[in-house]
Amino acid sequence: MHELSIAMNIIEIAEENAKNANASIISEIELDIGSQAGVVMEALEFAIESAKQGTMLENANWKINKITALARCNSCRHEFETEDLFSPCPKCSNPFSEIYQGKELRVKSLKVE
Amino acid sequence: MCDTCGCGHGDGVTIRKPGETEHNHDHVHTHSHEHEHNGEKHNHDHTHLHTHGHEHDHSHQHSVQSHTHNHDHHHHSEEHVHDHHHADHHHNHGKEIEVEQDILGKNNLLAERNRGYFEAKNILALNLVSSPGSGKTSLLERTIKDLGKKIKFYVIEGDQQTMNDANRIDQAGAPVVQINTGNGCHLDSDMINKAVKELNIPDNSVLVIENVGNLVCPSLFDLGEAARVVIISTTEGDDKPIKYPTMFQSSDICIINKTDLLPYVDFDMKKCKEYAMQVNHHLKFFELSVKTGEGMDKWYEWLKEQISE
Repeated sequence: MHELSIAMNIIEIAEENAKNANASIISEIELDIGSQAGVVMEALEFAIESAKQGTMLENANWKINKITALARCNSCRHEFETEDLFSPCPKCSNPFSEIYQGKELRVKSLKVE
Repeated sequence: MCDTCGCGHGDGVTIRKPGETEHNHDHVHTHSHEHEHNGEKHNHDHTHLHTHGHEHDHSHQHSVQSHTHNHDHHHHSEEHVHDHHHADHHHNHGKEIEVEQDILGKNNLLAERNRGYFEAKNILALNLVSSPGSGKTSLLERTIKDLGKKIKFYVIEGDQQTMNDANRIDQAGAPVVQINTGNGCHLDSDMINKAVKELNIPDNSVLVIENVGNLVCPSLFDLGEAARVVIISTTEGDDKPIKYPTMFQSSDICIINKTDLLPYVDFDMKKCKEYAMQVNHHLKFFELSVKTGEGMDKWYEWLKEQISE
């Protein structure tokens, strides 16, 4: 249920930025969420639905960019897409790799009025 | 209040020491009564002392640098004279703000502040994470009892409810504060920041933070620890590391507890370590039994090494 904390955090960041821009309504919010960021997308969407009530984001259009995870093999340096944190390198089968993309949890942009 | 979400919901986080039930505040109210005796006016001031037990929900605003880049360029050419009346153009055109802000930025920033504080005071901060029942508190109890004379241990206990764990640590002889997260599933750096202030940890000691028993949520929340220690026990499945990879990936140390039960359970030690290594090949393992004491010496050696470094 940490998705609720994350949803509340997103709203806080968005409202803070909108207020700094003297806006009162956020019409659109764009998020970057990595597929290996440790967040269950459905749970996050569910949390957002309840957390946004009564906030500047109540009627906003939510754009969530799901970012594919990319790993680099520690042995042959081959770069590959991965759906988990432990798949071996498809080229040389080395089990050790570093994920260099796909752990993002970011508020990318807002459209405010 | 959870500063991670800044929610301030009434599901209140409380921070208490053993023996401390609630915060007690004495309020003095002065009531003034006016009586009239035989046509003469008397003025009595009564002072009542009311004792209230309060639970406070502190709402601290930490100054966080917001990394907001506002790209809103107004290009006015100086040579041109504009005849427009700008005041008339007061439509609200949607404006785009490039935010590019980490959602966990606030927690991470405060975690770094905690980390800096620990480093400056040469405090070794460990974050103990595991599922409920794998033996975090027992490991701590035994460690404090065995090493307490040589090493100054301080403990922050995290649970949704009860003072039980803090009372056990108190019995074992280490100063402790209990954080009850209410409905919260993890500790965050703000809770640690506050709890540390309650503990008054002296220089050159060890702070052990026992996180809420949960192998999922605490993995995302940096507390400012020097090392994250994940504990699994042989009564759990040996595939835990790949079932809950985020926790194992974010940990530095992996303790496999309850080795005394290995003859009775279907736990494949080799397989478990292999799985864990697939997720995080930097992991350092300790196989031990808190109950029998088997393997505890290696864990103690490691602790001592960390302090002398």
